[in-house]
Amino acid sequence: MAKVLVVTSGKGGVGKTTSTAALGVALAQTGQKVAVVDFDVGLRNLDLVLGAERRVVFDLINVVQGVAKLSQALIRDKRVETLWLLPASQTRDKDALTEVGVGGVIREMRSKFDWVICDSPAGIERGATLAMRFADAAVIVTNPEVSSVRDSDRIIGLLDSKTEKAERGEHMEKHILITRYDAQRAQRGEMLNIEDILEILSIPLLGIIPESQEVLRASNVGSPVTLCNATSAPARAYLNAARRLNGDVVPMSIPTEHQRLFGRLFGRRAA
Amino acid sequence: MSILNLFRRRGSAPLARERLQILLSHERSAGNQPDLLAILHEDILATIARQITVQRENVHVRIDRGATVSTLEIDVEIPHLIGTAPTPLARHSTTQTAGVGRHTVKMANFSHGLV
Repeated sequence: MAKVLVVTSGKGGVGKTTSTAALGVALAQTGQKVAVVDFDVGLRNLDLVLGAERRVVFDLINVVQGVAKLSQALIRDKRVETLWLLPASQTRDKDALTEVGVGGVIREMRSKFDWVICDSPAGIERGATLAMRFADAAVIVTNPEVSSVRDSDRIIGLLDSKTEKAERGEHMEKHILITRYDAQRAQRGEMLNIEDILEILSIPLLGIIPESQEVLRASNVGSPVTLCNATSAPARAYLNAARRLNGDVVPMSIPTEHQRLFGRLFGRRAA
Repeated sequence: MSILNLFRRRGSAPLARERLQILLSHERSAGNQPDLLAILHEDILATIARQITVQRENVHVRIDRGATVSTLEIDVEIPHLIGTAPTPLARHSTTQTAGVGRHTVKMANFSHGLV
């Protein structure tokens, strides 16, 4: 029986799709069957980040409406054989997603996978509320920045009130994933630090993804950072976060890049 | 840029943290009442209108949010004839700006739970 995880944030551009792809790969690499589902109808991008944009035939809305079977719409990754993608529709309206329809698709996926990871669109409208609606657990992606933290707080409120699990009176498992973190700037008091964010949002920390050029490079080539450069700092941070999702106890750290001598000597000044 | 500015720039994170803490304590408590101000405005207007004729645009309700104390400010412009029931005459008098008195009610020490 799968665990359904929603990756959400409220604010756009904080790294939901990047994190969904990176965590999806990391979990699938342990041999578990993982499906990543794009809920961003009209603005899909998970296919692009996973390098599967040319293989999309059917999408989530086709499955919701019964036009295609789930097995027809799922795209199996060519590099990690236990990873599948269910893309969003690029042309349809988000109103084509119905609660009953999405609930049916998620139920079917539960019986076929170990993990179903729902990549939420930004905002708090239909796509976002349906992405979280049937989740067992949530990863809230947050940047160390005031607008992102505020929106995360709003999303936490929705997770605790508008999900099926919350309505049943059960506790919604929530984790915070801090992305684009610059430890040096935080140390200098230029950026909210980890303690500040955790104190304000008061939910447990899943991982700290350092700001890194590798993240953009990974999306450029359509290969999640945990796959294309597994030893890079952000990849190690995502791999650790995936291990924590699996229940492993992994000491929290902020991985750093292996800098060259020049970088080590002048890194501080250049940052 | 002065040296003072340099110092100020270095420490912007504590300000971010403080602003967030104040804002979120308000937003969390107001969570289920999205438009408290509009509701208050209607209620106050209805209460006043039972005794005095006032024009909608002459009733202003605002909330100033502070770190420990929030202020609810109700600013009502009313005609001189306080206590008269709404009559065509009283309504007429509100258009005479010379005969308008200004009454401001300030309520401080509101707990965060209310706003």
